[in-house]
Amino acid sequence: MSFTRRDTLVMGAGAAAATMLPMSSLAGAWEDAIAAFADGGEITDGGVELTAPEIAENGNTVPISVSAPGAVAITVLASGNPNPEVVEFQFGPLAGAQSGSTRCRLAGTQDLYALAKMPDGSVRQAIATVKVTIGGCGG
Amino acid sequence: MAEDSKPRVRVPRSATAGEAFEIKTLISHKMESGQRKDSDGNTIPRSIINHFSCDFNGENVIQVILQGAISTNPYFQFEAVIQESGTFTFTWNDDNGSVYTDSKDITVG
Repeated sequence: MSFTRRDTLVMGAGAAAATMLPMSSLAGAWEDAIAAFADGGEITDGGVELTAPEIAENGNTVPISVSAPGAVAITVLASGNPNPEVVEFQFGPLAGAQSGSTRCRLAGTQDLYALAKMPDGSVRQAIATVKVTIGGCGG
Repeated sequence: MAEDSKPRVRVPRSATAGEAFEIKTLISHKMESGQRKDSDGNTIPRSIINHFSCDFNGENVIQVILQGAISTNPYFQFEAVIQESGTFTFTWNDDNGSVYTDSKDITVG
């Protein structure tokens, strides 16, 4: 496949336009997901730790880890993904710590949300911004 | 892809009662997210592992609900705490109904 000068210009313009599209155009889906997980509980900052790289070169495998002492469940939501839900950890009686690590796909630069549900029904929140160089949705 | 999904689990051989230790799991699976399109522009249907759980002697350690945003070859790391020797069982549930399992013995001493 060869590119002419015109093709290159068109692609460049397209890529620039795509980058400038606000991620908030997808807002709604992830906010609904937060509300669904919170289930009416009050959301407060702190009490949960979300570890994610500041810059992820490859959006296909972004290592993330979450930890929230005392939580019953922790969910991770990606605000800029087509489907915001990423993973949910539910801790049983033998969990040594309320923490977990995995690797996820991110469509582009966006905010990651970690929400931890406490036994009393309240919800703790942490936000991390991840810059993604190559998106992980495979177009 | 059932025949290709090979679970791999790392559990220490022995542990101290009441002390948390780390477990790592990995399973080979392509985790087709349902977002990709093939060369004809048709969406490739979602085919992922949607649930993982780890139990020890019948008691639950952790359950994980996976979504399309989990990378190929899903990897998990978590901690467990046990009081007696026994067996960890690991279960992965595929979208296509397949169930993959693995188990590891551990001694408390």
